[in-house]
Amino acid sequence: MADVTFTVDGKKLTAPAGTLLIDACKAAGIEIPAFCYYPKLSVQAACRMCVVRIEKMPKLQTACTTPVTEGMVVATETDEVKQARKATIELLLGNHPLDCPVCDAGGECELQDMTFKYGAAESKYVEIKQHREEQQWSPVVYFDRPRCILCYRCVTVCGPGMDVWALAIENRGVHAVIAPNEQDHLNCEECGMCIDLCPVGALTSGTYRYKTRPWEMNHVATVCTHCGDGCKTTLGVRSVNDGVEIIRGDNRDKSGMNGDFLCNKGRYAFDFANRTDRLTKPLIRQPDGKFAEVNWDHALDFAGKKLHEIREAKGGQSIGVIGSNRTTNEEAYLLQKFARTVLGTNNIDHHRTADYVSFAAALKGKAAHTASLRDTATAPAILLLGNNPTDQHPALAWNLRSNVRLNRARIYIANHSEIKLRRQAKAFLEIPQDGYASLVQYLAGNDGAIAANDSTAAFRDAIRKEESLVIVFGSEYRGRDIQALVDFGLSLPNTKFAALGDYANSRGAADMGLLPDLLPGYVPVGDAAHFTEEYGAAMPPTAGLDLLQMFDAAQRGDLSALYIVGSNPVSRYGVDPASLKNTFLVVQDMFMTETAALADVIFPAANLYEKSGTVTNTFGDIQLAKKAADKAGVRTDFELIVRLADRMGSDPKRLVPFGRGVYADMGQSRGAQSGEADRHAVWLAANHLEPKLSPFDPFATLDEIQRLVPSYNVSRLELLAGMDQQEKLDLVQIQPTASRRDLVLPAEDTLFTSGTLGRYSDMLKAIVESRTTPNPAETAAD
Amino acid sequence: MSTPATTIFSPATAARFDRLVTLYPVKRSALVPMLLYAQDEVGYISDAVVAEIAQRVGIADHDVRSVLSYYSMLRTKPAGKYNVQVCTNISCMLRNGFGILEHCKKRLGIGHKETTPDGLFSLEEVECIGACCWAPAIQVNYDFYDDLTTEKMDQILEDYKAGRGKETV
Repeated sequence: MADVTFTVDGKKLTAPAGTLLIDACKAAGIEIPAFCYYPKLSVQAACRMCVVRIEKMPKLQTACTTPVTEGMVVATETDEVKQARKATIELLLGNHPLDCPVCDAGGECELQDMTFKYGAAESKYVEIKQHREEQQWSPVVYFDRPRCILCYRCVTVCGPGMDVWALAIENRGVHAVIAPNEQDHLNCEECGMCIDLCPVGALTSGTYRYKTRPWEMNHVATVCTHCGDGCKTTLGVRSVNDGVEIIRGDNRDKSGMNGDFLCNKGRYAFDFANRTDRLTKPLIRQPDGKFAEVNWDHALDFAGKKLHEIREAKGGQSIGVIGSNRTTNEEAYLLQKFARTVLGTNNIDHHRTADYVSFAAALKGKAAHTASLRDTATAPAILLLGNNPTDQHPALAWNLRSNVRLNRARIYIANHSEIKLRRQAKAFLEIPQDGYASLVQYLAGNDGAIAANDSTAAFRDAIRKEESLVIVFGSEYRGRDIQALVDFGLSLPNTKFAALGDYANSRGAADMGLLPDLLPGYVPVGDAAHFTEEYGAAMPPTAGLDLLQMFDAAQRGDLSALYIVGSNPVSRYGVDPASLKNTFLVVQDMFMTETAALADVIFPAANLYEKSGTVTNTFGDIQLAKKAADKAGVRTDFELIVRLADRMGSDPKRLVPFGRGVYADMGQSRGAQSGEADRHAVWLAANHLEPKLSPFDPFATLDEIQRLVPSYNVSRLELLAGMDQQEKLDLVQIQPTASRRDLVLPAEDTLFTSGTLGRYSDMLKAIVESRTTPNPAETAAD
Repeated sequence: MSTPATTIFSPATAARFDRLVTLYPVKRSALVPMLLYAQDEVGYISDAVVAEIAQRVGIADHDVRSVLSYYSMLRTKPAGKYNVQVCTNISCMLRNGFGILEHCKKRLGIGHKETTPDGLFSLEEVECIGACCWAPAIQVNYDFYDDLTTEKMDQILEDYKAGRGKETV
């Protein structure tokens, strides 16, 4: 729309016509307070805090409902306005308890701030305040009624925002109250958005309430470790005896791709990191079959020597490596480099949750055809094939809903079940579970591919008419089906694609070459020229064993050693424990998983919240993960790989190119610990090295990745500033040749599970239990 | 989100509802008229009414209750056969509206929003019913009585008790 010019507090401002005055002022740095207004949610005009004086208008006007017009003259902080706001606060405080010193929101409460600003400390009201007991609505949501100022933010975010509609206002006037949908408890997605948006301490979080004060924590915005969306979660951390503990996860830093959104996993399921049953000491299996705690030196020496022996005696092909979906890109990269140059094997794989290999092959050389998570919030049309984003990709689902609500985007969905997002869809097509490939044929013009009828024809016509389309597909598409889908998409004028996989860094694991036949950047192992040059070591030229073949080899007795990093294949693939009895098994993990329980050596490892590096979400958005927490006794996978290589007699300098070039970690990656004497610095001092030369510097490895993997050559500056950078998939040097074995096993996570990690989150377990155990009040008395 | 296969309403009301949801840009706008018609037919807004209307409008039961609890003219318990609504807004107040209300309370032995044990009468204090020129005024169901005195009020209640009262609609 055309721009209009208007005056606010004597400043001449310009904004597009139709912009709300409150937004226009915010953009110009003029703050207008508001409780009920929240950007991008429906306008309420309930709180009267945003009143301003507009010339030629008879009364004070609400800035949240007034669009700017040409020549408008506004005053935002006159005595009259201040008095009006003060009076509003005085009324709001009529029943609001003044228990700020014990309230969870104290210190980050908008009502507190405004009371302070407008000086409404004294009140004309002397009536006794109405008190109501607080209520627990779910394991994570608590409601303290007297504190509620009825701003409606929770109602609008739960309804139009989340499409859950679990909260509503009941009654009227002084009796009005926010009520949950099941009378005394909530039946909802437990996303906690209502808590995040609550301007006061009325809605509080089950994990955080009464534990600390906001100013006693450090806040680190890092990437969530759970699903493949790559949301930023702000972790509130605090020093404790054995490191740094995470107390809260929320969306305080809204700079991430998730915008205002965070789901229950990002918000509450950090608690696995604080568990007391985490492994914190290296363990070695004794002759009697039991584990004994040993010191690091001994454990690393033992594992290193044993692996060295096996390599020397039986060669690299008798050793296997399984990587993780939740380690950083640098760690995944380092692991494959370790496997290929130190162990001398291509037997390396990971639990694949989407066929990124085929996706990369299909888009080879085709620039600007990958969709970022950000694109899903702005694209005019989106075709969603398979998957159920509401459960498996909550941020994507939020983006799609918001896009429909705010931009009238057109969403087309084909799925084998009636997924919840169909409610926002322009067209929904229910197809058989095995009908995804034939659907693409049909869309491409083969009328006989499916049982066509009027609605399928309308669906196809509508999609073909779109001038700009984002195609998002689930792991239902693999191999040739992805190729066919991409071919169809490219026949349309302007198409972008996104493949949906699970976990924080599945995409990174594939990109970084945790694959038996492909090096980082999907370079075939047989064509490793510039890698060999950079690594200065020969690498095995033929493809190794994939994950299933490794376990088959172990069964046959052909796999002498297996190194498993942050993965639980024994549980995930139902591996028979007996098949590993003759394999020397080294496991790095946080917990005594089914896989770790079979190990000969276990190294306690740090999780994604306890390290820095980069991760790539399923859309190919590369982001910086910052170190937030710390746990005494554990080490990062990065450090462990380097140390293991060292103990095997390999030069760490060959593995991590530290000290080469001008890049170095000057502390920017250490988040909350920045400036403190961390382990990194201690090691450096002990070795008489300058602070920038560390074999454990993931950014040295990122240098190498950016040199060798063109698709990762994104702006380092933006990355370090916390911005997401889209991977350049078109630069991938893959050969779209032989059909590969389909090893994709989607996690099929729900909102309350997270692969084999979710069970270590007490809060996720509590939510699941609260939904399966009947409420005691509802159980029959007999 | 759709017309239910079975309905708790009469065919005429059900047909009316089918049409109502098509009249507005969003179905939700039909919510309040539907609740009023449903109350006329059923007598009050029962759980079954909430469930069916929620389904017809395509919103959650909880959302229907949120609207329902806002309006004092919508009730969730059955009223008496004759719902006596006494206005106490300014004109009626100046002309002894409160006196009429107190009188009714004493006569019927019930208070605001209560129903006599025999289910014949219920009493309600209401806001302006638009009969200010002839204050004080009351409404019994949909019938008006105005320019009242306590004596006239007695007569009206007697007539209804004996089955002689007006029963429009």
